[in-house]
Order: sequence, then structure tokens, then C-alpha cells
Amino acid sequence: MPNPATWLKPTGKGLYCEPGDFYIDPARPAPRAVITHGHGDHARANNRQVLATAETIAIMRSRFGDEAGGSLQPLAYGEWVALGDVRVKLVPAGHVLGSAQVVLEHQGTRVVISGDYKRRPDPTCPPFEPQSCDVFVTEATFGLPVFRHPPDAQEIGRLLHSMRLFPERCHVVGVYALGKCQRVLALLRRYGYAEPVFLHGALQAMCEVYERLGVDLGPLLPATGARRADLAGRLILAPPSAISDLWSRRLPDPVIAMASGWMRIRQRARQRGVELPLVISDHADWDELTATLSEVGAGEIWVTHGAEEALIRQASLQGLKARALSIAGFEDEAE
Amino acid sequence: MNDFAALLDALLFTPARLGKLRLMSEYFAATPDPERGWALAALTGELAFAEVKPMQIRELVLGRVDAELFGWSYDFVGDLAETASLIWPARPGANRAPGLSEIVAELAAATRASAGARLERWLDALDATGRWALLKLITGGLRVGVSARLAKTALAERAQIPLDEIEAVWHGLAPPYVELFAWLEGRGPRPETAGKPTFHPLMLAQALAEDDLDRLDPGSYRAEWKWDGIRVQLVARGGEKRLYSRSGDDIGAAFPDILAAMPADIVLDGELLVLRDGEVMPFNELQQRLNRKTASARMLQDYPAWVRLYDMLDEAGADLRPLPFDERRSRLESWYGAGPRERLDLSPLIPFASWDELRRLREGARARGIEGLMLKRRDAPYLSGRPKGPWFKWKRGALTVDAVLMYAQRGHGKRSSFYSDYTFGAWRDGALVPVGKAYSGFTDEELKRLDRWVRDNTVERYGPVREVAQQLVLEIAFDSVHRSTRHKSGLALRFPRVHRIRWDKPASEADTVAALERLLT
Repeated sequence: MPNPATWLKPTGKGLYCEPGDFYIDPARPAPRAVITHGHGDHARANNRQVLATAETIAIMRSRFGDEAGGSLQPLAYGEWVALGDVRVKLVPAGHVLGSAQVVLEHQGTRVVISGDYKRRPDPTCPPFEPQSCDVFVTEATFGLPVFRHPPDAQEIGRLLHSMRLFPERCHVVGVYALGKCQRVLALLRRYGYAEPVFLHGALQAMCEVYERLGVDLGPLLPATGARRADLAGRLILAPPSAISDLWSRRLPDPVIAMASGWMRIRQRARQRGVELPLVISDHADWDELTATLSEVGAGEIWVTHGAEEALIRQASLQGLKARALSIAGFEDEAE
Repeated sequence: MNDFAALLDALLFTPARLGKLRLMSEYFAATPDPERGWALAALTGELAFAEVKPMQIRELVLGRVDAELFGWSYDFVGDLAETASLIWPARPGANRAPGLSEIVAELAAATRASAGARLERWLDALDATGRWALLKLITGGLRVGVSARLAKTALAERAQIPLDEIEAVWHGLAPPYVELFAWLEGRGPRPETAGKPTFHPLMLAQALAEDDLDRLDPGSYRAEWKWDGIRVQLVARGGEKRLYSRSGDDIGAAFPDILAAMPADIVLDGELLVLRDGEVMPFNELQQRLNRKTASARMLQDYPAWVRLYDMLDEAGADLRPLPFDERRSRLESWYGAGPRERLDLSPLIPFASWDELRRLREGARARGIEGLMLKRRDAPYLSGRPKGPWFKWKRGALTVDAVLMYAQRGHGKRSSFYSDYTFGAWRDGALVPVGKAYSGFTDEELKRLDRWVRDNTVERYGPVREVAQQLVLEIAFDSVHRSTRHKSGLALRFPRVHRIRWDKPASEADTVAALERLLT
């Protein structure tokens, strides 16, 4: 039974599976690509053949149009497919709609590439399913023990509380276009906020994709064109780059909020001029990461993008064998 | 404690005064006695207990967390209390979260060593924000941008009374202020202040506009120099002595030299200055003694503090405030003449016959320690607040320098999308050296144009700061310039603000550091 390191290798183009002749989340266009999820540092345009969940393919089509890839092959969660000498299966990762862990089996060895994942419930996508395996490739975005995300209900509660306390101001929340935006909307609905939410133009297309795929986000209105006076007391979602820049000036005395795991660190939030930091993340926090490492029972753990060294240290404290795996192209969760 | 911590956290992130007031108001309304009273004491800086050292906190954490993981985390977060609060591992079945009241009570009885053991128990019971607030409180590092005055303002607004009424009773009270809350909520009498050394709300001056003089009779006014120190109130009553700043903060602990010189049973109004051989020293010498909890013997010797008196509010229990200025002044002078007065002197009245004469005096007033003139109506009683008419301040003209914009930083709150904080420099040996920072003096329209200019002329970005092309000249107004070892230029400007934006002037024609040095006081 050869060590998977002999057939699954980091290259300049991304993680390459030799016996299957495909890349996972390649950083540059590849002949064959398996895509874990639709975020820009994982799903890129112009691969010749793409294998991904139907949801991820829909997201890529919306993002890249004709450049989404040569042939786009959907694969349902839990179904096996053979690529060369490798069996491949996609399993929910709980990160965003369509996100998947990639399970590879070759010569009796099983490797799971987690992609990005989280463990807490998300109303917009199915939950992470732990797979026992020989090698577990994990992300480590929040791989420091200071990152412990509080419950979503608490963070949404803080947002709703602030809206009650400052009814004459509008609240603008910085969110990623894919995943965070729709999750924040779905959480708001779950915790009783039924009013229309105003969207920055850059968020509308992805919300439409989610709704087409059956995720109900409640009433939404475009923020662009809305009268300033009509936005007082309202909630607006916008990409992080817009919340404290020229765009936000048209808003009536906005409370600047931001939904991100990085908001846990006060100095980071303050540097960005955030008045209401909401610790809501689509990445596993420290406790989720360390629990997952134990749960999958892998003989070996490969740690990619994020704070690798700390998670490797923790794995060794848990009696697990772990090492860093440097893969080209992944970014920290950008703010 | 978790609720109070959530308040502190929200206050830290809320830049606007109005927002802070509303947060505090809500907390005081929703929180019972005595918890809210201890919270008020924490916000107003009235809590005192044996502080825990950072080393003790580090040791507690290392008892729970791997040292390497802690090290990486601390490097990332950059703040010990915050790192400790976030990294602290939850312990299942911990006790219920302690109230601030409990924490204060136990800490009051604890020594530095025994505080450590209690701290561990509390950290287990609190949430991450609660742990952060507790650690900041217990190490004396709680800074959330709220002054004692702002906290009292929240109380006053909630009770719909003037802030002065709270200031007037404040220093007769002690935490947890149960009788204060009862009074403010109409459930109890006004707290008794007789015989207590309470703060007397100050009478403040309006700024004089040039055309005001046309309507004023010079014969009805007295003139004094406006001294460049800080306004203080000396209160001695019932055997106790207090030195209050203009905001009603008790700063006596840092000025034992003044307290020792204070006579009994009197309330005096004056200017705190550093004096050497009767001569007023520059403001930054006084600054060495401000914002300190104590003063070392060395400090007392190097920066001798004096109070230059200009009013008397109470003498031997008689409230003089209803009397006209001239009468209070003559009481002050005869009291002053009745004994040797260490560390106290009188601010002289300046004789003048006409506004023109006074104007000439003001223009000549470049002497050290003088900011301009004060005009006080001879028949005016001492009124709290800033009544229009009886008192005017007539500042001397500002100094100006043409400087070049070097860096711009984003503002806060309403200005968070604008580059509104400007670092400017002057020339030395063919290069610009930063000489100060200005945040004000421009109109909203000018701010928009400056913001646009900064965005269009950025040459480098450092987080929230942009370095700009060295092309735009700002005419900076300031009150005075002092030596400073903290700045590369060796100079510090007092009250710099943007006077004009010189869109027309080439940067090469801006002023030099040497030109600023010639204005040193």
C-alpha cells in the first residue's frame, strides 16, 4: 500500500492526483479539475473538464459564464465515479452551498481533501459529513486557539439589538458574495427578521443562484437606487470592500458591521473601521478543527492554507501525525 | 459581569458620542443596583484594588494551554488580555458567571497573590468578552473611550436633568451609588452634599467675536490675562481637600504640593501652572505632571505647580456665587492679602480705558504662558455653564505655517470612509520632516475635496494610512510650538488645525523646520 504522498502531490498548479490525472482546485487552468466549492481561490475559469456538485457548477456558471469550463460534469453527494485508476466521491463540507470534501480511493488507501469546511449547522447547505480515512487534508484558516466562534444566534442577536437601539440609522453588514451573504440572510429569517433586506449590486447574482437552487432568502431589494431616507432603520448587505468606502457614503449614518471570523480580533475590526463586528464564519474554528482531526481517525494529516504550524503542533499533542502541505493558489479568507 | 463586558465591548467599537450615550443609558436602565453602580464606578475610574500583574495572567494561561500555541496566538493577537480571554479553554460545569459586584467585593479584600486564584475561577465562569473585560479591569488597562464626564452625561440625559446637577453631588458620593440612582429615578431625595468637598460647576467664557466689542461698554468689564495652563477648582471643606479639573475629575493625587498649600474651608477658581521664579513655564512642562496617579519627589522639584487664582466661590461656608464679580474679587484679594499663600498667587486685573487699548495689549501678548485675554462683567454673578455675555475669552491670534501634506489616515465614525487625519511636514535639508497632525479646520466640502485628492495622489499604502505625493500645501494654524523629543523634527505644535488649503502654492515654497524653531516659546 503506497503512501498517498507518492500519488497525490502539491505542484505549482495545485494539488495533482497522478493515477487519476486530475487536479483538485487548480490555481491555473487544467485539463481535468475536481472543484471543492465556488469561492474564487478554489474554482477558477477555463478548466477543460470540471467535476463538481451541481450547485458548484451553477455557481461557476453564474460567475464565469462561458468561461466556466469546457465540459462541466455534475456529481451528486455520495456517488462514486472512476477517474483513471482512482475512485472519487464528493461529500458535504458544510462550507457554502455545493461545497464538498473530495474522497479519493486508490490501491486500498483513502484520502479526504476537506476543501474549506465548518462543523456548525448552516441553513443554506447540508452539514459536513466526517469520513474515516487514511490521510485527511485539512484547511487551517482559523488554526489558532484564539479562534472560537460564538454561536450564530448570539451574533445575529447582537445585530438585531443594535438595530433596535439605533432605529434612525441604517446597518450595513460586510459579507462575501458567495456563502456568507446568503447564510446571514437565512439566519436573520430564522431568528425572526422578516423585513426586506437591501442588497449591494455585487451580491444580487449569487442570491439569485441560491434561490434558484431552492434556498429561501426572504424579501430582498436592491440598495442601488433606493432613496436615502428610505434606508434609515434598514439592513443592507454589501461586499466587505464597499462597507467603509465611497459606496457607503450615500447611506444614512450607517452602523458599519462585518460578518467574518477575523472579527474575533478587536484590533483587526478596529483597523477596518468596523463598529459592529459579527463573528460569523464559514470556516471551522479551532475547536471544530481539532475535533475533526480526532473524528476522522486518519493516520496522517496534511495541513494546508492558514496557521499550519499551530494545528500541526496541536495534532501532535493529540497523538496524531501531521505535516504541512503547501498548495499554490489558496488565500487566507480575504477580508 | 458578562452584560457589563458586552457594554464595554460595544463602547470600544462605537465611535460616536451619541452612540456611546445610548449604550450606557440602556445599560443603566436594564441593570439593577448595585451592579450598575459598580459599572458606573468602573467607567468613571473610581474603582481601586490591588492590580494583577500581566505575569500572573500569563502563568494562569500557561497552566491551561500549551506554551507554543500560546506564543503563536499572542504574536497574532498582540494584546495579552485579549489573547488570554480568547484562548482560555472552557471548563465544562463551571460556576455561574460572577456579577461585577461580587468581583469588586472579593478583590477589595484580596491581595495581589490571592487575587490570582479567584481570577482563575472567574475566567472559567465568564464568556470570552467577559474574560476580556475582567482582565482589562484587573490590570488597570480598561480603555473604551468613555470619560467620567460622558458616563455622567448618560445619567443626566436619562434623568433629563442638567449634567451640572450630577457634578454638584458627585464628589459627596461613593460606589455603588445606590442613592444617586434612587434620586435620578425619582425614588429618593437629592443626595446631601453639605459639609462635603463637592465640585462646583464652572462658569465658562464665550469666545469673543470681533464685532461683539462694538456692543460692549468697556467700563462694565474687567480684563485678565488668559493663562496657558489648565483650569482647576480648589475645594476645602469639612477637613477634606480636593483639586478638581474643569471636567470635575479629582486630580489631587498628582498634586500633593497644591493640596498641602490649600487653606481650610474655601472654594477657589484658578489656573494650574508650572512656575519658576514667578515665571510661567511652557504648557508641556505642566503636561509632565498631568494624567498621573502620583507625583515623584523629582517631579515635584522639577515641575513646581502653582495655582494662579481668579475667583472665589465660597469662603468659610458662605456661598459667594450670587455676588457680583467685583465683590467676589475684592473678597479674594483681601483673603489673599491676609496671609502668606504658598503655591498660590493672584491673576492680576489689567487696567484699560478703551477696547483699542486692550486690543494693543492683546497683540503684544506673545509672552510665555499667555493665550490671550479674559473679559468679565463687573456685575455678573458666578453662573454655571457658558452664559452668553458675562464672560468672554479673547484669544491672541494663532500662529500659522505652510506645511506639506505627507500622509492621510481614515477617520472614525462618520468619517470612516474619508481620509480626514492629515500628517504634514516642513522642509529640512531638502527633505520633508513630519511636524504634526491635524484633523479639523476644514469644511465638509473641503474634506470631500481633500479625500479625493488623497485617493488620486496616493503613492503608498500602509493599512489605513496612505502616503501621498509631496505636492499639497496646507496652511496650518496653531497656538504655539514646543520642543519635543518624541518627534523626529524635535518640535510639537499645540492645537494644530488646517487653516487654509493652499491648492495654489507649490510645495517647494512651504516653510522649513528652522522657520518653526524661530517661533518656539
